[in-house]
Amino acid sequence: MLCDICGKNAATVHLTEIIDEKMNELHLCEECAKDKSAAMESQFGLSDLLAGMVDFQKPLTKEEEVVSLKCPSCGLSYADFKKIGRLGCAECYNVFRKYLAPLLKRIHGSNQHIGKSPLKCPGKIKSTSSKVDKKKICLQELKEQLQNAITKEAFEEAARLRDQIKAIESKKES
Amino acid sequence: MIRLRPSRVKKKVDMQIDDLINHTSEWLKGTGPNSDIVISSRIRLARNLNQIPFPHWASKPQLDEVIDKTSAAMSKVELLKNSTLFKLTNLDSIDKQFLVERHLMSIEHTQKTEQKAVLFNNEENIAVMINEEDHLRIQLMQSGFNLFEAWNIINSIDDALAKLLDYAYLADFGYLTACPTNTGTGMRGSVMLHLPALVMSRQIERVLAAIAKLSFTTRGLYGEGTQASGNFFQISNQVSLGHSESEIIENINGLIRQIIEQETQAREIMLSKGKDVLEDRINRSLGILKSARIITSQETIELLSMVRLGSDLGMIKDIDRRTINELFITTQPSHLQKLENKKLSAQERDLKRAELIRKKLNLL
Repeated sequence: MLCDICGKNAATVHLTEIIDEKMNELHLCEECAKDKSAAMESQFGLSDLLAGMVDFQKPLTKEEEVVSLKCPSCGLSYADFKKIGRLGCAECYNVFRKYLAPLLKRIHGSNQHIGKSPLKCPGKIKSTSSKVDKKKICLQELKEQLQNAITKEAFEEAARLRDQIKAIESKKES
Repeated sequence: MIRLRPSRVKKKVDMQIDDLINHTSEWLKGTGPNSDIVISSRIRLARNLNQIPFPHWASKPQLDEVIDKTSAAMSKVELLKNSTLFKLTNLDSIDKQFLVERHLMSIEHTQKTEQKAVLFNNEENIAVMINEEDHLRIQLMQSGFNLFEAWNIINSIDDALAKLLDYAYLADFGYLTACPTNTGTGMRGSVMLHLPALVMSRQIERVLAAIAKLSFTTRGLYGEGTQASGNFFQISNQVSLGHSESEIIENINGLIRQIIEQETQAREIMLSKGKDVLEDRINRSLGILKSARIITSQETIELLSMVRLGSDLGMIKDIDRRTINELFITTQPSHLQKLENKKLSAQERDLKRAELIRKKLNLL
């Protein structure tokens, strides 16, 4: 069987397209199949879908203000995000928080994480503080996280935090 | 493109990748719970570092920094002790496709390969992609229906790495990822199912429609962007935020248990109502595989699927599940080219594929 598009090479890829419930079978050679799949990808990708969702929630402030909002850390603008459907860096989540929170809710049905967290103290502690101070701040931070976890009824997470606090406290005593 | 690395490095890499052809991934062994219907269970975690932009937005030196930092951290993790890291620029296109066929990395990872790397262990059940869509994509594959066991292992790897790396994380949004569809747990659990009876009895559309309604996705053998082909379906969670990891796994497990039950019922009905027809089809499939001289990979998958069903139902006794599972992988294009150690055209591959299958099945 020869390729349906170029009519030269043997068809090795068999594609079924369903458009409006009409089934269409295509028999393609490897090369034409590659072109075809590239064309299909450019037609519609996940980023389009996401960009569409971003558009749905019209922000309350002036459109231009939102679009020109830029992450100072990586330079990605909200307009960039709308176009490519990807954030630029961790800090983007803080900068675009106001617009991301409703978007996350739309995607996941929630914007409140209740899963695990990295088992260590957040990197906020300044390196100038002494070792003892660090441990103190670390414990305080963990206890806050534990309280949060309990309020959110994330008991698995709470248990992990409890164990971590215990471990640090037992080290301190010895 | 100019290769900066000395050729002997390249040669060494080739040898290591070539070594893989002689053994099989752990997850293909065909054991574990419900392994008559469930091929494998997989968990992947998306993780990023603070202070460095996500891969698509980062500069080359920043991406190199990610490779340096993460590979240094991974070398200190006990569970990753027997692992090797490969920079993708050192691999040719057959090598890369070969790793995709072995489920060690995604198709996306084979595109624009500068500053990308992949690490996996000898058993090939743990694999980490560096600088794919996120800085780290850690995956764990298990044979059979075994998501919780996969989670336990990957969770300890993740805990160990968190002590060494500054993960991007916020208390309210969870783990931060390049794409907001992965934010939160950064976790995707997937189960690869073999559902020939549901397909043959034309109940599969109904099942797939129900899965989509429950916000799970169905994909093909090779994950994102691949069509479900033949009788194989990979089902995974879509939601990654607002549920704990255990809840997400429990939800997938609940769904998978129902699908297993439906497939089992469909198999029983076929056995009671049309055993002769089924037995005929299964043995004809085996007959073609044992004697064909030219065979495409699509036809191979379809026929092997029937043989696997025959083995699961006890109709074929002399071929074990592991042999069949292995053939699914070794008959793929890059595996054939690795075996022959040269580039093969599609027509040449169809010949070699038939030869390989004949050898494997007739020797048994």
